[in-house]
Amino acid sequence: MEDSALDGNAIGGLLHDVFGAEMTTAVGTCGSCGAVRQVAELVVYRPGLGTVVRCRSCQSVLMVFVEVRGVTCVDLQGLASLG
Amino acid sequence: MAGTAVRGRLTWQTATVGAVTDETARTRTLRLEVPDWPGHEAGQHVDIRLTADDGYQAERAYSLASAPGEPLAITVERLDDGEVSPYLTQDAQPGDQLEVRGPIGGYFVWEPGSGSGAPLLLAAGGSGVVPLRAILRDRSRAGSSVPARLLYSSRSWEDVIYQSELGFPADGVQVIYTLTRSQPPSWQGYARRVDAQMLAEVAWPAADKPLAYVCGPTSFVESVASGLVALGYPAGRVKTERFGATGQ
Repeated sequence: MEDSALDGNAIGGLLHDVFGAEMTTAVGTCGSCGAVRQVAELVVYRPGLGTVVRCRSCQSVLMVFVEVRGVTCVDLQGLASLG
Repeated sequence: MAGTAVRGRLTWQTATVGAVTDETARTRTLRLEVPDWPGHEAGQHVDIRLTADDGYQAERAYSLASAPGEPLAITVERLDDGEVSPYLTQDAQPGDQLEVRGPIGGYFVWEPGSGSGAPLLLAAGGSGVVPLRAILRDRSRAGSSVPARLLYSSRSWEDVIYQSELGFPADGVQVIYTLTRSQPPSWQGYARRVDAQMLAEVAWPAADKPLAYVCGPTSFVESVASGLVALGYPAGRVKTERFGATGQ
């Protein structure tokens, strides 16, 4: 795990903004390996241009958030489920 | 829709900086006055947003240092290459205004009923102590008798945040320090990074079904959390919050 990695706690505000609810305790299922974890436990990178959320088990990309001119673009294709 | 609060959404609010207190050479506690603050739980954080004159915005998450019911406060560690922390730790003055949204988080949260009376293990690396301090204050305010231990890893004694407060812990609370880089001349405590042996000595036995909260730099959290699981703590009883690569 790179030292620069954060976890899902760090994006609680972003997720609340996007989904309209507290999401750090929501459970995500990885679409690649099937690992099931609470969002707070996922690996998060925020390199500046956006936010990338990866599976803690297989490192697959689960979610991507990019803000463009005040609009947050959301890609959840790596998740099999979130709830 | 600007300025219209949508139900269920977090909105940015204007906070006014109140009293500021230097905790160490690199950390400062700032009280924040936020009208209509809805209240928070120990362990939650807020996002702080600063806007430069040219419109550039920078946003960071900071753990709340105060217990529920206390005046809202954050404790911030200065990162020399940071975009937000240098302002908060060096330039912000009482009366200044900034944007805040919160409270945020439901995972790294402690309430007096959490753990059903099981002992509480708190492990902090550097400024990871901030939300754990809020938990200890909440425990005291709630009159909880849950036994609690705080294992606090810091570079040096001078870097220990909340030094005077942690020097007089509440009944049932023990604070154990490890100083990883330098120690006072007569130091009797731990003087190394948290390792398996230290955890075996300090952590409540897994048989007591403790509840653990681990917060600090990512490498610290990874090491402590896996060490606790190796001691038999179920992963679900080890709550983790990682704040990246900053110093410990």
